[in-house]
Amino acid sequence: MAELDTSGGGHKKKGPGVKKGKKLSTRVDLTPMVDLGFLLITFFIFTTTMSQPTAMKLFLPDDKVNPEDQNKAKESGVLTILMGADNHIYYYEGQLKSDGSNFLSASYNGENSIRDVIMKKKADVRSRATDPNNPEKDLVIVIKPAKECTYKNVIDILDEMAINVVKKYALVDISDGESQLVSISDKSAQAQP
Amino acid sequence: MGRAKLPRKSTTIDMTAMCDVAFLLLSFFILTTKFKPAEAIAVTTPSSVASKVAPTKDFVLITITKDGKVFLTMDDEQKKETIANALNTTRNLGIDVAAFKKAGFFGAPLAGMKSFLAIPEENRKGDQLPGIPVMDSTNNELVTWMQLINESYAGAKMDLLLKGDNVAKYPSFKGVINALKKNDILKFQMITNPENAPMGSDLWKQSMNGVKQEN
Repeated sequence: MAELDTSGGGHKKKGPGVKKGKKLSTRVDLTPMVDLGFLLITFFIFTTTMSQPTAMKLFLPDDKVNPEDQNKAKESGVLTILMGADNHIYYYEGQLKSDGSNFLSASYNGENSIRDVIMKKKADVRSRATDPNNPEKDLVIVIKPAKECTYKNVIDILDEMAINVVKKYALVDISDGESQLVSISDKSAQAQP
Repeated sequence: MGRAKLPRKSTTIDMTAMCDVAFLLLSFFILTTKFKPAEAIAVTTPSSVASKVAPTKDFVLITITKDGKVFLTMDDEQKKETIANALNTTRNLGIDVAAFKKAGFFGAPLAGMKSFLAIPEENRKGDQLPGIPVMDSTNNELVTWMQLINESYAGAKMDLLLKGDNVAKYPSFKGVINALKKNDILKFQMITNPENAPMGSDLWKQSMNGVKQEN
């Protein structure tokens, strides 16, 4: 796009004998500069909007108000998720059997992810629903983080609730028995990677 | 036979005006961008699908670092003054109110508050400070803090934010939650990085159908 001074040819002759001084063009091609300008603008716009942090809302249940309201969840609709060390995650449906046979392990993403487990549970609850207006009424997910799990794990699971549109979930303290089960499972998972 | 000559028109456009606009916009964006101030407390937040932008006014921010230490940040100096005075009268700590007002964040046990404020602002680094004790359920000082904050805000709008590091362990998060529960604060927001809903999930289907996200 380099610009040439083509105006020289179109000049009126100044009359015979008058020598034309050679005029150098003062024009600069600004196209690359414009390119650069817009490139920088795009860069700034993207970097500013991307770094805006978002906030995730969390409502805690009130412990003091009507305790008899608790534990009302139907056993068939309950899914308990336990988080252990090193991004290990476990779950069981309904109540934990005394022999621990329904204590299963999952992962945060990839194969056998917790998302699939939640979706399966959701479909299961929906298939057995009695109230057609609110088919997911019975679905309750209980989240029990163990001592060793990280903040990220907790957020990931809470996020998973948002992703799968689970209406009822609760962040509950882990019981001693479950905590032991989680730490044993963590150790055995470490032993056989 | 000569052909009729068509006048050759130049295809170049004058770029000066466009260049002016581009750089005007550029300078506008550069000048209006607020750069993130260097943070005394380094925290890498996890990401979530939440799309609501975190509030930047009238907030109380609780930060959990990767070692599980808890820090508190407030933006309202008036409220800070109230809290400092309340601490001085009830606990007799002898806090320098002016320094307390100017402090960007708090991260020391109440007993060590005076020496914390004696450290120059630029030398207060999150990894060297003890943080507010929350782990011990009998001595959870965040309870006191939240109680004072509640009192100073008394009905005014206040956004409680929680910002935790990816690798912070759960017990410190639980300590914070316990402190909030004790003060009947059951609603708070957690700062995260935005992320898109994964394909095929229920939330993704909802957003495809145009249902607005609630959170």
